[in-house]
Amino acid sequence: MAAKKTRILIAKPGLDGHDRGAKFIARALRDEGYEVIYTGIRQTPEAIVQTAIQEDVDFVGLSLLSGAHNELFPRVVDLLAASGAGDIVVFGGGIIPEQDIPFLKNKGVAAIFGPGTTTRQIIEFLESPRESS
Amino acid sequence: MDLVTEVRRGNLRAIARTISLIEDLEPEAEGLVDALYPYTGRSRILGVTGSPGAGKSSLVDRLITLERQRGRKVAVIAVDPSSPFSGGAILGDRLRMQTHATDPGVFIRSMASRGFLGGIAAATGDVIKVLDAAGYQSIFIETIGVGQTEIKIVELSDIVLLVLMPGAGDEIQAMKAGVMEIGDIFVINKKDLPGADKLLAEVEYVLSFKNSVQTAGREAEYPEGYNPILMTSAVHEDGIEQLREAIECYAGQIESSGKLAEKRRLRLERELLGILNRKVHELMDVHIEVSKQLPGWAERLYRRDALPYTLINEQIRDFLKERTGD
Repeated sequence: MAAKKTRILIAKPGLDGHDRGAKFIARALRDEGYEVIYTGIRQTPEAIVQTAIQEDVDFVGLSLLSGAHNELFPRVVDLLAASGAGDIVVFGGGIIPEQDIPFLKNKGVAAIFGPGTTTRQIIEFLESPRESS
Repeated sequence: MDLVTEVRRGNLRAIARTISLIEDLEPEAEGLVDALYPYTGRSRILGVTGSPGAGKSSLVDRLITLERQRGRKVAVIAVDPSSPFSGGAILGDRLRMQTHATDPGVFIRSMASRGFLGGIAAATGDVIKVLDAAGYQSIFIETIGVGQTEIKIVELSDIVLLVLMPGAGDEIQAMKAGVMEIGDIFVINKKDLPGADKLLAEVEYVLSFKNSVQTAGREAEYPEGYNPILMTSAVHEDGIEQLREAIECYAGQIESSGKLAEKRRLRLERELLGILNRKVHELMDVHIEVSKQLPGWAERLYRRDALPYTLINEQIRDFLKERTGD
């Protein structure tokens, strides 16, 4: 009778207030059957991590357009690990220059989705098998 | 990790994980709820209902602040609807409560209704038990907010706050029949908007059938058995302290009058009935394979080869015979 639902936190760290992309993704994922927790703009990494833990999400999707991704994305990954929640998968989106992607992946961000990403690509990422820790 | 011990210790991850197991109907959920049950019964459970946009989340946000000032641990269950088409959901209630996100004394959990009607989710009752056993002294349950059908919240709450706002059409007229009866405390939020006084008069009028004297939030003490009416502005942080006092006062009254105990006993009756119903359904589904058989039965009915009550009665008779046979 079990009916596991995948839960995803879509969060916007940093100071930019452009949440169109984040809201678009939230709706697209809802329409694909996911439960999406949306917390609005200007969230601190600490607030994002606490929210991810309380909501027991499987993924955290970070959206950022201000350019502070190299700072904030790894910070979320590190704080999750420090809180014993390193199994929560972090991915990112927004305006992320191509040359920053290897750095972010190296820091534990599982995937980066830039402008023009299709919903299908994100779903494929979410549904791809990964080792559980 | 031993979830029961960790939940009781207040381990956030354990609490969150246990809630998911319950929501996902995992096999271990029943055992967890039973193991936590002896430690429940200490929280005050406040249901918050009212139409969408009335300001439920913002009010809860302000009430959390006041509870925290008094050193009380607070949990919130915020229910949003699941899409009937995809089964997915956007859970956005906590957006207005994020100021408390990093406060270790506040636990906020968004829940999707997952097809359950009545303004909450099927798992809400058991999730309350987890938060209760984890030591949260106040638990707020925020309903979806679709209006008249949100009566399930009464079954789970010690006190129900009904949040109204001016200018939402002839709201009282529409709500008179259902939701007006479920409120213990009435909150007219957005009191600075035009029409707030008119709404207050309407609420007083509707309640006058229940209470013979009105207090209208002008006195600190409410006579026993009356429904307090408060006017607030969550955004301007106006009237929130008075609302908190009214909740305290009302809670004290129902506790000393025995009404709270009565409510809680009734809640347990309903919960047991709910569990029994679900178990019977599951049993029938396993043994008669109802979901598989249904199309065939419907086909026979469609051809007029079978009769609805006769068919079901036969199935139940066979099932019972089989059960007593082994």
